[in-house]
Amino acid sequence: MNNLLSVNSVRFIVLVLIQVLVFNNINFWGYINPYPYILFIAFFPVKSNRVMIILSGFLLGLIIDMFMDSGGIHAAACVFIAYVRPVILKFSFGTMYEHHNMKFGAVEFGSKITYITLIVSIHHIILFSLEIFSLPKIILVLQKTLFSGIFTILLCIIITIIFSRKSK
Amino acid sequence: MQQIINFIIRNKNFLLFLLLFSFSILFTIQSHSYHKSKFINSANFLTGGIYNSANEISEYFSLKSQNKLLSEENKRLKSLLYNLKSITEINQIDSLNAPYYFSNAQVIKNNYSATDNILTINKGTNDSIKQDFGVITTQGIVGIIDKTSGNFATVISILNTTISISAQLKKTNHYGDLKWDAKNPAIVQLTDIPKIAKILVGDTIVTSGRSSIFPKDINIGTVENYKLDDAENYYEINVKLFNDMTNLEHVYIIENINKPEITNLLNE
Repeated sequence: MNNLLSVNSVRFIVLVLIQVLVFNNINFWGYINPYPYILFIAFFPVKSNRVMIILSGFLLGLIIDMFMDSGGIHAAACVFIAYVRPVILKFSFGTMYEHHNMKFGAVEFGSKITYITLIVSIHHIILFSLEIFSLPKIILVLQKTLFSGIFTILLCIIITIIFSRKSK
Repeated sequence: MQQIINFIIRNKNFLLFLLLFSFSILFTIQSHSYHKSKFINSANFLTGGIYNSANEISEYFSLKSQNKLLSEENKRLKSLLYNLKSITEINQIDSLNAPYYFSNAQVIKNNYSATDNILTINKGTNDSIKQDFGVITTQGIVGIIDKTSGNFATVISILNTTISISAQLKKTNHYGDLKWDAKNPAIVQLTDIPKIAKILVGDTIVTSGRSSIFPKDINIGTVENYKLDDAENYYEINVKLFNDMTNLEHVYIIENINKPEITNLLNE
């Protein structure tokens, strides 16, 4: 348990620092940035308390907001995906999740991609609707969600491939 | 009573989610209105410190281009200085009586990809930087100081949909509001220029000096193209900025010494 806590704290700090110092400065085509920091919420231990994941999701989002001066948009998006995560887990992994013996290292690659894609899309659509915050600019919201989303999903998959091999 | 407690315990996840989500929405709404007090900003010890140490490394990569900019500006100022007609004119520029006080700072976090962009600089209240001071570079304007802490301050960039700066045509004095439509970080929009004004592509746009934040005649950009608005009374002008907002390092902060007097007078 203690080990789990330290692993997640290190993951939290490393993901925040990499997000803030590297991924926020990519600005591909002028405005496309990936947000792979949400891997922290995606790979939060499955068995843990739901209150715990909602609180840590809020904290994660708030710290990213503080670095980016963006009000509370990341906090809102992170809290939302932290809250709906069980539903997405059930949808992507099915019975494996319901029997409570699931580990992210041992699941099928295809369902892992479904899972990441769902989490990233929900996060990004909330993030960009709150950032732009105006109905006439809905095209811009969708455009940003699509491009940033593809970028984030690719990066998340690459990161999971790199780090899952190491842990085996 | 017990039923209420039971309800809370049963739905504690949902209630916690609702509480934190509404907090986030509240912060978001606050951040969308100009200068509204908010707690979440990057002008604090933790975020400022991290950005500052990262900037100490990354500033080496732009040393060459920044040196070039500074030497260009030195050249311009030298030519101004030595082409003055007499020495008495130099004596008139007395720093004690000048209405504007300048200090320099470095941008430690730049941002131009969002719709409401905010920069962070490495000077704060310890260097007498306060809210509503203007920020410029050697080439043009950057923004207005928003939140300050001991050693850091955040700057509302001109690439922010909540800001509006008074600007005018350099040749004629017709003035309007400078805004940004969140599309291109090199182009901002000047609205409310009356139809009677004669505009040509390539005309220079400068600050109007009406806002008490920026002095008059600071360069902003040139007219890229223009059209009449829907009511056909005012021009909407696309202005190409002189300074590259994607590459900012050394900036100057302008304090208007007379500003408290002006605001007092306006509030009376």
